[in-house]
Amino acid sequence: MKKGNGINTEKIVAAILLLFSITASFILLLIMLFIFDSGLPMFSKIGILDFLLGDKWIPAKNLFGAFPFIVTALIVTLGSVIIAVPLGVSCAIFLSEIAPRWARNIVRPAIELLSGIPSIIYGVFALVVIVNLVKISFNLATGETILAASIILAIMILPIIISISQDAIESVPRIYREGSYSMGATDWETISRVVVPAASPGIIAGIILAMGRAIGETMAVVLVIGNVEKLPMSFLSSGETLTSAILLEMGEAVVKSLHYNALFCLGIVPFIIVLIFSFLSSRLIAKTKTRFA
Amino acid sequence: MNRKTTDKLAKTWLWFSAILIILTLLAVLGYIFTMGIGSFSISFLTEMPRDNWRSGGIMPAILGSLIVVGIALLFATPIGVGTAVYLTEFTKEGKITRLIRMSADSLNAVPSIVFGLFGLALFVFYLREYTGGPSLLSAGLTLGFMVLPTIIRTSEVSMRAVPFAERMESYGLGASKLETIWNIVIPGAIPGIATGIILSIGRAVGETAPIIFMVALNPTIPESIFGSGNTLTTQLYYLAMEGISLKVAFGTALTLVLIILILNTIARILKRKFSANLRRS
Amino acid sequence: MEHKNKIEIRNLNLWYSKNLALKNNNLDILEKQVTALIGPSGCGKSTFIRCINRMNDLIDDVRVTGEVNLDGKNVYDADVDVVALRKRVGMVFQRPNPFPMTVYDNIAYGPKIHGVRGRDKLDKIVEESLKAAALWNEVSDRLTTSALELSGGQQQRLCIARTLAVKPEVLLFDEPCSALDPISTGKIEDLIYNLKRNYTIVIVTHNMQQAARVSDFTGFFLMGELLEFGDTKELFEHPKEKATEDYITGRFG
Repeated sequence: MKKGNGINTEKIVAAILLLFSITASFILLLIMLFIFDSGLPMFSKIGILDFLLGDKWIPAKNLFGAFPFIVTALIVTLGSVIIAVPLGVSCAIFLSEIAPRWARNIVRPAIELLSGIPSIIYGVFALVVIVNLVKISFNLATGETILAASIILAIMILPIIISISQDAIESVPRIYREGSYSMGATDWETISRVVVPAASPGIIAGIILAMGRAIGETMAVVLVIGNVEKLPMSFLSSGETLTSAILLEMGEAVVKSLHYNALFCLGIVPFIIVLIFSFLSSRLIAKTKTRFA
Repeated sequence: MNRKTTDKLAKTWLWFSAILIILTLLAVLGYIFTMGIGSFSISFLTEMPRDNWRSGGIMPAILGSLIVVGIALLFATPIGVGTAVYLTEFTKEGKITRLIRMSADSLNAVPSIVFGLFGLALFVFYLREYTGGPSLLSAGLTLGFMVLPTIIRTSEVSMRAVPFAERMESYGLGASKLETIWNIVIPGAIPGIATGIILSIGRAVGETAPIIFMVALNPTIPESIFGSGNTLTTQLYYLAMEGISLKVAFGTALTLVLIILILNTIARILKRKFSANLRRS
Repeated sequence: MEHKNKIEIRNLNLWYSKNLALKNNNLDILEKQVTALIGPSGCGKSTFIRCINRMNDLIDDVRVTGEVNLDGKNVYDADVDVVALRKRVGMVFQRPNPFPMTVYDNIAYGPKIHGVRGRDKLDKIVEESLKAAALWNEVSDRLTTSALELSGGQQQRLCIARTLAVKPEVLLFDEPCSALDPISTGKIEDLIYNLKRNYTIVIVTHNMQQAARVSDFTGFFLMGELLEFGDTKELFEHPKEKATEDYITGRFG
């Protein structure tokens, strides 16, 4: 008697939980739906090439060339990667190969803390400290530059790079290291010629994920990049990224206007990039796991 | 160059990189502390802002943040834990589980500004009648969507860590699946689930972009969740961007950082308790 | 033929944390001879040979007392360069562990880090080493393919070639055939027998027939102690200790 009721309840509960589980996928689909629904109408008025390659963004004149934003976003991301990768991979090597336990117990929590600091806090710090440092170091009229944005982004993506690289390095089997040492190699030779190359797919996965983070970041960037809607000339130029443009202009855009649609289109770009990078990254990480099976 | 010298130089560089990162952390936290401590006090946390934020406290923002994070958790916890229960207890590894996990991972990676646009389109416009448009409710739900993957992941990990043997004992005593889940699995997974909740609180309270279009710089106490409000992050953004009051801005920043530090500590204590539970199994 | 001592071990003790794993080992290893170490699993044979090239240094919380004298100098002296030591004393491990690189790069790895430059020189060393390891004929046409694509036996011979490429004086084999099939095992046993012309060889094995086939001297290890040591034929036909006899006749281990 009891069992019969029990199994029915179980089936109902299972069905409810299945519904719960689909929520995550459902939300993802909803996001795509709404973003595209609000963004795509723009392409009927303005061609996709004009959007991606046009270099003038003047909403008042219905000019929506996003090229300067795309270029700025790419340069800022590139800059942050150039700064963060050598530092991050080195720290990962330090943690897995060289660090004594006491050092690891200090550095690891520090990195966790870094990753938990809200982006707006980084933005405020960058606005007051980094922007002034850049201004003074390079003798500029303003320190609100791509360089400042790259620096603060680099700090923000360091934890991802370090943690994924450390996982990759630690998963390189001990026997490779032993083989190298047994032939008379030094620590650094073993690390640089055997361990890191063997871990490289995983390390690259971390870099890709970090780049996705950097392209999608808004708050830290918008406060320090100067917000000039032009094509940047160098790292010391001011600029505006896809994300900062959305943030700044949405307040003024009339709902459902072309401007509104265009801002959603600006959001599609980082959205797609991040999904692709996320996918690539997990494939690479899976590849490292099977490599050493 | 001598091989030994190269080795030593390389190791020095590696140490340097770690030290540099610690120094960066200290610089960021230290700066916020020194600049914010001047304005920080109990009254700062409990009073209303005065004179267009040039003096007074930040109580409405704190309240707003609490409400928004509360709504987010109210949504994400049951759904997230439920998903985890489904993944661990009701299905085997296969297409469905992989799809669910991939969706959760992808959701986790979505940029915060895209969440902001999504929240705007869905909650503020499409569901305007139900949410009140740009309201604390809209903000809370948007953040709930954002932290859902975190709850799913941490809950699943901690449920899987409950030893199979304990489930078997329960079944052996004649308990049903639901009874086992309710009495054995979930209680055993509580430290891990709690850790996930703490992490999600940390993430939700620190986000700005997802809710920036729904929350205004409001000097009053929110009347209902269907109305507009103010949160610590958005307030900080506006104060910094418009250059209104550096004093209050840094005080807000310090409050935010302190909240994060406290949450981080609690999470670490919970994590230690969680792995202690793992070890005893 | 007169063989002098290449390695003399005196009063060697090793602790893992508080556990005494090697107990007062004393042993002479003769130049250009094959010395085999047999005994039940876990009795310290591998730990012992890893003292000769100081691979035990890589493990935390290990303490060593006593002497391991290579050509009269204790390798544990404070002024010994471990990196140079490991060039002189090479090791082949239980499981083949070629690097995830090409065949060529695997062999060239050792010479390169020890300073050999120039494509021609490296080509020559790669060829010589592969020939000395009886692998050249099988891989000469695929030097640029990944070493991980070779069979188990080929990978192990690759590891031997890799070790030979740095021109060591001593070769340590730690159960080199335990992960291999009988045919590959046979090939490697022949190889070891031939290598002793130019190298001093110490081989740890749990396969007694292998020890009997391949070695000139054999030592029997039990619980970290070297119970008996002597001429291989003598030890197998007329063991002096009862424990040795029990082990050889299969009564335990």
